[in-house]
Amino acid sequence: MSQGDFRAALLDPDLPVPAGITDPEGRPAPRRFNVYRNNVTVSLTEALRQAFPVVRALVGEDFFTAMARVHLRAHPPRSPLLMLYGEDMPAFLEAFEPVRHLGYLPDVARLELALRRSYHAADADPVRPEALQSLPPERFLASRIAFAPAARLLRSRWPVATIWAANTRGGPQPRAAVAEDVLITRAGYDPEPALLPAGAGPFIAALMNGENLSEALEKAPEFDLTATLGILISGGAITGIS
Amino acid sequence: MLDRSASQGLPPLPGVGYKAQHFSNIMDGAGPVAWLEIHAENYMGDGGRPLAQLRHLAERFPISVHGVGLSIGGEGRLDRSHLSRLKHLVGWLDPASFSEHLAWSTHGAEFLNDLLPLPYTERTLARVIDHIDEVQETVGCRMLLENPSVYVSFAETNLGEIEFLTEIARRTGCGLLLDVNNVFVSCTNRRTDPQDYIDSFPHRLVGEIHLGGHDEDSDDTGQPLLIDAHGSAVVDPVWQLYARAIAVGGAKPTLIEWDNDVPEWPVLAAEAARAARILDRVPA
Repeated sequence: MSQGDFRAALLDPDLPVPAGITDPEGRPAPRRFNVYRNNVTVSLTEALRQAFPVVRALVGEDFFTAMARVHLRAHPPRSPLLMLYGEDMPAFLEAFEPVRHLGYLPDVARLELALRRSYHAADADPVRPEALQSLPPERFLASRIAFAPAARLLRSRWPVATIWAANTRGGPQPRAAVAEDVLITRAGYDPEPALLPAGAGPFIAALMNGENLSEALEKAPEFDLTATLGILISGGAITGIS
Repeated sequence: MLDRSASQGLPPLPGVGYKAQHFSNIMDGAGPVAWLEIHAENYMGDGGRPLAQLRHLAERFPISVHGVGLSIGGEGRLDRSHLSRLKHLVGWLDPASFSEHLAWSTHGAEFLNDLLPLPYTERTLARVIDHIDEVQETVGCRMLLENPSVYVSFAETNLGEIEFLTEIARRTGCGLLLDVNNVFVSCTNRRTDPQDYIDSFPHRLVGEIHLGGHDEDSDDTGQPLLIDAHGSAVVDPVWQLYARAIAVGGAKPTLIEWDNDVPEWPVLAAEAARAARILDRVPA
């Protein structure tokens, strides 16, 4: 028996048990082999359940479990770090026919993945709030911002932050299919997804891309700069100004 | 090189598998629990709460690092990037013990998230020995290798499990982790006598004992099939085997493993207290 044969039968319940795997008396033992099939399926389903609580709430427990089984067979983990498992889920959801009509679902999955990565990201000391405010205007405009490893931007054409909040903390349901940009920050150990003011997404994206404040402001036609900087600062997202 | 973690060692007392929901209970006073075991893979992120909690715990308790993802029994080469993550974790944490499983879980680039069985032959023996040599060389400390829970038999197996484990330890210098629940599960599933297994085990090589719960099912012929589940209390026959093991082998660091349907802290602490009462009766 090769481990390749074992692996193939493990993830495909229609394949027979590999030759040479038996009970203690040498008889065929599908129920025994099924223990391994079940362990893999149940444990990876549980990993996906934990990774995507909001996707799960949106599609329902039973549907999610059935979908997770399809997903895990097509996309088993590629690393023993299960904290990263599920990175293929957004693309999977885009192509999975039964949820194709839920156009926002892939971005909800992207937000949940980003929250998880933020949770496990390296710790970093933020700059003091005064550091930005005390700069003279010309220095301010020429500055580049270093972001905390836990900071993550998600730009969506769906109201992804509102959907997330409605399904985690009882926020209102979205009233229209508007685009939303979300900035995840982690001031302590708990990542927080903040809905950015309208128009601020291109500004943050440019800053994260290493452009200075002046260049970044040109990318964003009109938005609430004060509120946006407030989110960055209160979330401890800025670790350096140069 | 191989003496580093062995020289610090875990105390011959009860420990528990650490769960984040018990952090406050443990910091407030761990009662009979003298040390903690973590699953290595859960602490391989770059930062955040898991590592912060671990740093706090490590100031107060000896820590055992228990890997579940190295795939030592795999046909392919060991995952180099995973090995370097382990080296990094063991390097900064400086744990009292490091252990892994006689099993495989990775095939090609896929991680299957279960401890899968391997036949015991000269060929698989040589492969496991090579892998353990590489692990100990890279991580820089002696490891303990755990006996598995198994559900199937392999036609090609021609070595006994104890013979297999003992030979690995002899040729690599690694120690063994005796999981008494796995002994009960595997012996029941193989229809062999778990007391014989305990009596035949090379206890001088044992650096740690595991105790945990299992589920009961039945096999293709309607006979008992036990499943290692770590989701319930240790059953009386396993406690009896445990008492027998330490009566023969002496007091050993003893872990209560409870990974699924994790109970409130007092329930876990009570299991540890039961192990402490048995440990009290034998010399270290």
